[in-house]
Amino acid sequence: MLINEFLLLGAFLFCTGVYGVLARRNAVLVLMSIELILNAVNINLVAFSLRNDNVSGQVFALFVIAVAAAEVGVGLAMVLLVYRNRRSVALDELSEMKG
Amino acid sequence: MWFLEHAWLIPAIPFIAFFIILLGGKRMPGKGAEIGVASMVGSLVFAIGTAYQWINRVPEGEAFVGPVIKTWTWWQAGGTKFAIGSHVDGLSVTLLFVVALISTLVQIYSLEYMRGDRRYTHFYALLTLFSAGMLNMVVAENMIQILLGWEIMGLCSFALIGHWWEDPGNSRSALKAFLTLRTADVGLLVGIAIVYWGSGSFSVEKINEWAMSGTASHSVALWGAVALFIACIGKSGQFPLHTWLPDAMAGPTPVSSLLHSSTMVVAGVYLVARLYPVFFQGFHIANGGVNFICLIGGITIVIAAALAFVQTDIKRVLAYSTVSQLGYMMMGLGVGAWTPAVFHIFTHAFFKACLFLAAGSVSHSGSHHSFDMKKDMGGLARKMPITCATFIVSTLALAGIFPLAGFWSKDAILANAGHNGYTVFMVVGLVGAFMTAGYMTRCVYLTFFGEPRGAAAGHHVAIDETHDAPDAHAALHDTHAAAGHDEPHESNLLITVPLVILATGAALAGLLNAEGFHWEKFTEWVQPRVDEAAAAFPHIVNAPFEWGPAMGSFAIAAIGIAVSFVLCRAFYERRELQGLTARNRFLGMGYRFLVNKYYLDFIYERGVVAAVSGPIARAVYWTNQKLIDGLVNGVARGSRVGGEWVYRNIDQRVVDGAVNGVGLSAEGSGGLLRRVQTGKVQQYGALLFGAAAVGALILVIVV
Repeated sequence: MLINEFLLLGAFLFCTGVYGVLARRNAVLVLMSIELILNAVNINLVAFSLRNDNVSGQVFALFVIAVAAAEVGVGLAMVLLVYRNRRSVALDELSEMKG
Repeated sequence: MWFLEHAWLIPAIPFIAFFIILLGGKRMPGKGAEIGVASMVGSLVFAIGTAYQWINRVPEGEAFVGPVIKTWTWWQAGGTKFAIGSHVDGLSVTLLFVVALISTLVQIYSLEYMRGDRRYTHFYALLTLFSAGMLNMVVAENMIQILLGWEIMGLCSFALIGHWWEDPGNSRSALKAFLTLRTADVGLLVGIAIVYWGSGSFSVEKINEWAMSGTASHSVALWGAVALFIACIGKSGQFPLHTWLPDAMAGPTPVSSLLHSSTMVVAGVYLVARLYPVFFQGFHIANGGVNFICLIGGITIVIAAALAFVQTDIKRVLAYSTVSQLGYMMMGLGVGAWTPAVFHIFTHAFFKACLFLAAGSVSHSGSHHSFDMKKDMGGLARKMPITCATFIVSTLALAGIFPLAGFWSKDAILANAGHNGYTVFMVVGLVGAFMTAGYMTRCVYLTFFGEPRGAAAGHHVAIDETHDAPDAHAALHDTHAAAGHDEPHESNLLITVPLVILATGAALAGLLNAEGFHWEKFTEWVQPRVDEAAAAFPHIVNAPFEWGPAMGSFAIAAIGIAVSFVLCRAFYERRELQGLTARNRFLGMGYRFLVNKYYLDFIYERGVVAAVSGPIARAVYWTNQKLIDGLVNGVARGSRVGGEWVYRNIDQRVVDGAVNGVGLSAEGSGGLLRRVQTGKVQQYGALLFGAAAVGALILVIVV
């Protein structure tokens, strides 16, 4: 089985995610992009799990999915709070930590 | 076999009862006493079951019978397992039975004796825990468990001796007992560590096998035995640490009875008997030379017996008698008479418990809470016939009168001492037997015969005036009001029934091992059999019984009683009680020496304590002022000069320069880096990913 397709798909998703994280202003979209990054990693895990005939990669992918769900839960809660306080979720306006 | 395998239940029952009494005792109809008594009865039933099954397990003859051992892992630390469990053999069965029986009787007795006490529930809780501690130590499978029981007893004895702590004298006695014991207990910890180091195990069985294996290093066994024996000296009130024991009389009488008959003070003797192979090998007991154990035991017998002659407090006479009898047990173990020594533990428990409880009965109903024989007793035989009869039976048993219990056990110790080549100690034991007979007769005479004096004659003395007697103090007002007695009279059934049971035991217990009649059941049941393959016990040969020497020691005791009785009649008949020592100047000097307890307390207090606080402290102060201060001042002056130079040159220029330089450069670089901190998450993210990409690139190129 050729693994290249999976890896290429994973790399594409990862790059898309990174672009989204770095370039989008909307916090919700940034969270979604983080999901893309995680799923790119998941694809790699599953692909290598299949190739090496070792189930632990799939188990690990399941863990990543579970943790990602929790992370999104917390992230969206934070976004909601930010929105309540500022009536906006634009990330470039959140620069109180400027040194 | 069920009882033998579940012997751990015997200490567990009173231990649980302790918590129940402590937490809910005050709300119960009997104020917790019923739980205490019930738990002790439960323990007694189990102990009897254990004894019965053990006797069935032991065949006649010499065939090997191993102990019944159960262990569970208590906790683990660093790969070392600490077990808890039970080790049941003849020795522990004997002690289980004795401790449970005496505890039960003492608790029943306390129902009456302590009635109305202000800390009644508290008293029962601690009494129960105390028995639990002793039972746990007796049944212990390993040294850690022994240590646990040992320390529980130390704690409870502190609390019980100081039960009436309103009187500062009582709390001082409790502290003295506790601190003396703590000093000696260091020996136990060190001994356990040494023995563990040598044998690689905490298990009693393993340690004994190690000691007997022949591969054990002799110096390890010797130092382990010395350290363990120091702990036993403290616990069993051996010379020179016996001073706490008479002061422990400050506690309520049932406590004294329990402490000094079957628990606490016997714990030290029990430890030696339990780990006998270690002592046997360490001290070369088989060789017949003088060793540490029999030397201490022999000294203790005589000095304690001499002290008992000059006491006016009945309980103190009994306390010194206990010390002296413990000396017999230790000496017996020291001369290789293991079985007679253990048998003496067994018989002594009966008559000493009976004597103490009878003394308590006298003070409870006869002498108005006083324990002073000269001031408040005398002529009580007619008023308190049962107490008097039990006291006399126990006295005769203690003195070693044929055929009561003490005769058989004491004579066996002396016969074995002679048989094993310890002739000197046999003579010491005979002198001790003579003295025992003497002081106990004096005690009986002063208490029960002659003219009634003080409270015994019905004179009412305000309790506060008798505060020199340990039991008399403020808390007694409660008991006094509850009991409401005026004339000396016999105590009620709760007191007399335990007395009669114990006196019966004191009379008959000796017949279990009456070698003269070829009744040697005790030896058969209790003496460990030696397994030839893996010996865990030295081979003990008991001296054959001979009527001649036995009757000789009986005659010595009888003469002691007779001489003492005649002297008492001659001197104590008149009201003012001028004794022998008050008439003869030379004896008077001896009297002062004894009354001051060989000045041992004096040495401990003035010598050790005062030396530390007096001359030594002054010397240290002088050294401090002249030598150390001079040195310190010189050093200070030198360092001031040096310090100023260092301040000017090194501190101001080098160090400050460096610090300022670091600060300035940090400020500069911080100013530069500040621009990076935009506060925008996405720029941080970009930096992160950029750095990760560069890292990955380097990884790919390099690797």
